[in-house]
Parts: sequence; C-alpha cells; structure tokens
Amino acid sequence: MSVRHQVSDELLLDYASGSLSEGWRIAVASHLALCPQSRRRLAVMELTAGALIEEEQPESSTADDDDAWSAMRTRLAAGGGALSGGVDTPRPVSRDAIVLPEPLRSYAGGDVGSLKWRPLGRGAYHILIPTADKSTSVRLLRIPAGKPVPEHGHGGRELTLVLSGSFNDGGEVFARGDLEEADETLEHQPVATPGEDCICLAVTDAPLKFRSWLVRLVQPVLGI
Amino acid sequence: MARLLAAVGRDASMEAFEVVFRNYAPRIRSYMMRLVRDPQMAEELMQETMMTVWRKAALFDAEKGNVSAWIFTIARNLRTDSFRRTRRADFDPNDPAFVPDPEQPADAAFEAREAEARLHEAMKGLPAEQRDLLHLAFFEEVSHSEIASRLALPLGTVKSRIRLAFGKLRSALGERP
Repeated sequence: MSVRHQVSDELLLDYASGSLSEGWRIAVASHLALCPQSRRRLAVMELTAGALIEEEQPESSTADDDDAWSAMRTRLAAGGGALSGGVDTPRPVSRDAIVLPEPLRSYAGGDVGSLKWRPLGRGAYHILIPTADKSTSVRLLRIPAGKPVPEHGHGGRELTLVLSGSFNDGGEVFARGDLEEADETLEHQPVATPGEDCICLAVTDAPLKFRSWLVRLVQPVLGI
Repeated sequence: MARLLAAVGRDASMEAFEVVFRNYAPRIRSYMMRLVRDPQMAEELMQETMMTVWRKAALFDAEKGNVSAWIFTIARNLRTDSFRRTRRADFDPNDPAFVPDPEQPADAAFEAREAEARLHEAMKGLPAEQRDLLHLAFFEEVSHSEIASRLALPLGTVKSRIRLAFGKLRSALGERP
C-alpha cells in the first residue's frame, strides 16, 4: 500500500538543502525510506539544485583552476583508489519483519521488539531516542488500540511518523509510512485505530528547561 | 558529462576526470564559498567533493542519473558533515525495511536526458520570487522558516511559493505536480 500522507514540499526542501537539524531529519529520512513517491520528489529537488549549480558563473581564474587540478592530481597519484563498481548485496531478511527502517533503527539501537519501553500511563509506552540535537526531542510512542496519543510536548512544530498500526486524526487515517506535520496553529488529537496498537515516531521542539515546570503550572489554567 | 563520469568509473580515466573536474571544481568552490565564507575551507571542501566524485564514479548510474544533481548531493553531504560533526541521518537503500522504487519503465534513460533540458526550461519560467527562494535554500542553506524571517514574509507565503515552484517543476518533468 502506498503512503498517503507525504512529507510537505517545504520540509522536504529543508532536507534536500541540508538545513534540517538532526531530530527532524530522522523523521523525514525514515519517512523517505518507506515512501518511494517522496523520494521521487526529493530527486526533483536535487535535480533542481544540480541545475542551479550548472547555472553558477564561477569567478575563479584559469590559474586557480590549474592550481586546483594539480593539487587533485597530486592527491590521486598518492593513491586515491576508486571504488570498484557493483551493487551491495541486500541482506537476507524479510522486509515485513522489521518495523523500524534506517536511520531510525540505528538511532533506537534495534527494532521495536528488542527495545526497553517505558510506561507512560494508560497502557501507553515510550522510548526516548538520544541525539546530539538539543533543539528537538525524539521519541517512539506505543499507543494501545483505540486510545488517544498522550500529550508529548506540544506548543511548537511536531512530526509524527506512523511505523505500525494506524491512528485517526480528525477523520484522516495515518498508517505505516504516513507523516503528519503539525505546528502550534493546528489543534489535533490523534487516536490509535481499534484492532492494533500504534507505534509511531514523534519529533517535537525540545521543551525549554524553565518551560517544563512553568507549563505544568499554567497548563490547567490555559487548558493547553 | 554522464559519459565522461562513466569512463571515470569504468576505466579510472584521468583524461575524462580532468574534464569533469574543470567543469565542476569552480562551481563547487563557489557553492562552498557561499556557505562557509572562508576561501581555504571552501577550497578544501571542493577538493574533498571532487575526490569523492573520483572514488565513487563507478556507483554513478549513467543511464538514469544526472551528473550535476549527483555531484550536488556529494557536496551538500560533505558540507553538512563538516559543519555539524554529528552523524547525518539518511535512509539506506540496502536496509531490508527500505521500500524500493516501483519498476522503472523501459524508456527511463531517455527520459532522464530529456528531463534535464525540460527542467532548465521550466526554471527559467519561474517568477523571480520563486527562483530567489531556491537560491536561498540551496546556496545559503537556510530553512524555509529562516527564509521567511530573512525576507520578512509570513511563513505561509514562503510555504506556498515553495509548493508553487516545485509544483511547476514537477509538472514540467511529467510528474504529478
């Protein structure tokens, strides 16, 4: 089944240009692993960047270029061996057996079965995924069938990638590979579809230190 | 260019590589210069990019691939790796969980060559505001939200310009807009 909710152009452009920080990048890259259509759109963006590079009018002189080429020749002579051709042989593992695609699986340290899930209450579990990116918080969530996704740090941008099962948000169903993009303007309450637990990746803006206790204080007042 | 790069991959042809190098080295240097603003570092990153082009030339698909786009991705990846020093999260086509592309039609190679010409044509037809945005994204490496604040535009305007631009480019390539 093909992915219905693809990454938006603006987020994909941030990925294509290299400006997306690590936390968001994990979600977009894992979505791309599951969605050939989004990869096709990424290819068009990279083609566009290539065309822009073609159109560049470099200011370097012929002397600069000669210097650069002789520097490169020296390096090649010193043994810059070319890689031999040929495609890597795929690993003999059934595709359906694995829930977490790369790069997520490496970040998590294994597939869902081997991970240590921590209870969140009401039958939900989560796992924090460590990254070097302090501006985001990355976690796996496991939501019991038919139950709402617990609050996990709203107030900014949020990306949710479905990995197993599905959830329903405002009448729209998100299944494996689907990516939901939300920001502070979007009010949403995803609910896991009955019949199967839903495992998803949630990336949010990292809550500020002071905000965590402040929000807890004002949350009941503001109703957020 | 694709044939030259294929010759580099197949025969490690130094003559072919010199042509590729002389065409792309100045462009990649100028791309790097816009991003790192340090001539020495830009030169090093350019050399590193071209070295990678030499080493990986055999992995380039001369039938379906596009040389400029391929070299751009190498340059971009080296640039982000040098800057962030954290691992770059990427999908892995050899991962058993990776969902492969559907079978390509037989005329895909012909289309890849056609595509380049059609894309250049379509890019010329984009309004200046959309072209500027592409330049900012790829050559200044700013995110769409940073573009919005730099140009003092509402985020929604920037998003819709990005969508319009790529919608047009995709339909020029015969893709779903």
